[in-house]
Amino acid sequence: MHNNGTTPLVEMRNISIAFGGIKAVDDVSIDLRPGEVVGLLGHNGAGKSTLIKILSGAYKPDAGEIYVNGQHADISTPRDAKKFGIETIYQTLALADNIDAAGNIFLGREVLTPYGTLDDATMESETRKVMARLNPHFRRFKEPVKALSGGQRQSVAIARAIYFNARVLIMDEPTAALGPAETQQVADLVLQLKKEGIGIFLISHDIHDVFGLADRVSVMKNGKLVGSAKVQDVTQDEVLGMIILGKCPPSATPGPGAS
Amino acid sequence: MNAPVATTAPPPSSTSGSLLSKLEIDVRMLGMLAALAVIWLGFDLLSGGVFLTPRNLWNLSVQTASVAIMATGMVLVIVTRNIDLSVGAILGVTGMIIGVAQVQWLPAYLGLEHWLTAPLAVLLAIAVGGAIGLFQGWLIAYLGIPSFIVTLGGLLVWRGAAWWVTTGQTVAPMDTRFKAFGGGVEGALGATATWVIAAIACGLIIIGLGLSRRRRLRFGFPVRPGWADAVIAFVACGAVLAAATIANSYPMPMGTARAWAEARGITWPEGGLFIPQGVALPVLIAVIVGLVMTFIATRRRFGRYVFAIGGNPEAAELSGINTRWTLMKVFGLMGLLCGISACISTARLNAATNAAGTLDELYVIASAVIGGTSLAGGIGTIAGAMLGALVMQSLQSGMVLLGVDTPLQNIVVGAVLVLAVWVDGLYRRRIK
Repeated sequence: MHNNGTTPLVEMRNISIAFGGIKAVDDVSIDLRPGEVVGLLGHNGAGKSTLIKILSGAYKPDAGEIYVNGQHADISTPRDAKKFGIETIYQTLALADNIDAAGNIFLGREVLTPYGTLDDATMESETRKVMARLNPHFRRFKEPVKALSGGQRQSVAIARAIYFNARVLIMDEPTAALGPAETQQVADLVLQLKKEGIGIFLISHDIHDVFGLADRVSVMKNGKLVGSAKVQDVTQDEVLGMIILGKCPPSATPGPGAS
Repeated sequence: MNAPVATTAPPPSSTSGSLLSKLEIDVRMLGMLAALAVIWLGFDLLSGGVFLTPRNLWNLSVQTASVAIMATGMVLVIVTRNIDLSVGAILGVTGMIIGVAQVQWLPAYLGLEHWLTAPLAVLLAIAVGGAIGLFQGWLIAYLGIPSFIVTLGGLLVWRGAAWWVTTGQTVAPMDTRFKAFGGGVEGALGATATWVIAAIACGLIIIGLGLSRRRRLRFGFPVRPGWADAVIAFVACGAVLAAATIANSYPMPMGTARAWAEARGITWPEGGLFIPQGVALPVLIAVIVGLVMTFIATRRRFGRYVFAIGGNPEAAELSGINTRWTLMKVFGLMGLLCGISACISTARLNAATNAAGTLDELYVIASAVIGGTSLAGGIGTIAGAMLGALVMQSLQSGMVLLGVDTPLQNIVVGAVLVLAVWVDGLYRRRIK
């Protein structure tokens, strides 16, 4: 196992954030190593998405620190997170519906011509390359993404995350809106990216999704970390117990939220 | 990233598809042109051939300029899911300030009719309009006050401010060179300049089409068939030359022409002289503003961000776009355009009045909306909004020609606005 020896790619230490007096995330610590897939599990409202939005720069934590490659990282905007190679595929996909695939993939990071204008031709060309890899049948480069199917939209969101050489990929419910064939495609992609040494946070409320792909799981409940465990050390029932009851089995490392 | 990369050969350009899809022409825009043609022909028939004369079309173009310029900015405002109700009032206060500037302030330093007066007045208008716009944009973007409220307040505040500049007195007359911005004799560019501008425009159209074609070919993307590009070039250049011909077919009125000729030492012949007006300066300014705004909206990063914010504000934020600063700039740009329009309105009237631009906000918004800008945000084109302004002005001028009463004019314009948005909605739902 690569849990020992290597510096974690990302480490979130003692993260807390509150919205109007309610602690959405309360003293949570998680980490991720190169080539590792960590499943982040919990009910809806357990604080998974909020925790991950802190890592992607959408929220600023009230307390706690983030380390990237062992170095303290100050992430207060999405731009900062991207600078550290942290890319996110949001549950909502976060696509601008009225703009085409290339426009979305390069949104905020447009390629410019020497005259400072948008280099649409280069961006379209790069989009064609990355989409050929993710979704070879994709042809609708000129249409606003509103006109695309759910799977195609998902491909655009994934392309945006992996095109810029991500080192950490956050996938928030990546298969929630997909059919079985497309879900399998995403699973294949996760395994392939893992081989390339990218660390992946996989967020889901469905443990079957996560068990097939993740090396470790971390479970959250009511904003607190129940515990973390290697997938091979725990059974699905034990993980269900962590999610539903907050009960940490002996083979897992308990967190502050374990009852 | 060493995944197997599939061959990126472009798909063969589709051989099927209608003529329109081959030309890649916006069907909505075509519909608007058709509507405009119907309005023009209808008024021409009803008015016994008065509407489609060079004289009327020339006047129509000058009357449209001010609202068309502001409509280009309103497109971006509405695209970001906002509204600006204060444009007429900003025009009013800016017009008053530059009126007083060239009648009272500047002559004190430069003397009357100094050549610097007009450029300084224009710069002042742009600076004042832009500053007001940026301030309102700051209230909206950084303090989070809804744009409807900020600009509704602005409507009252700036209209009131326009009154305060001279406690309601009208300021006149304007500097002679400044009057060129209003069209009229000073602002008509004449035949030669008009042909030169038309030739340059045609050249740019052809060069632009050629460059974009070469670029797509270099990247191996599908391109329009060659004949389609040729048709587009032919139609676009034809339209430019037709407009130039019409502008040059409208002569100066006899008295003005005589004064013009005598000022240049030309002897006045027995039957008079045909001195073409040529394109009017405000119209040229409006066209240039339209081109620059289209460039900003489609070719610049700023424009891409504006549309992204309108399509999905959250996604824009998560992409790392500075959405607040972008929004503030949109309102700053809107104010700046109000400043340009203030120059045109003030110069045309040859006076600054505190009522200038009253109700313009409604015409500007209506132009943008008739031109296909969606109030839900994210959709709109500069060209569409300018065409929308032309449709509105055509309706109004046409009814004036027919002697329709003012209340009835308003009823018709209001009804057309609602009808246009309904038809547009039907069209959008059908193509979805």
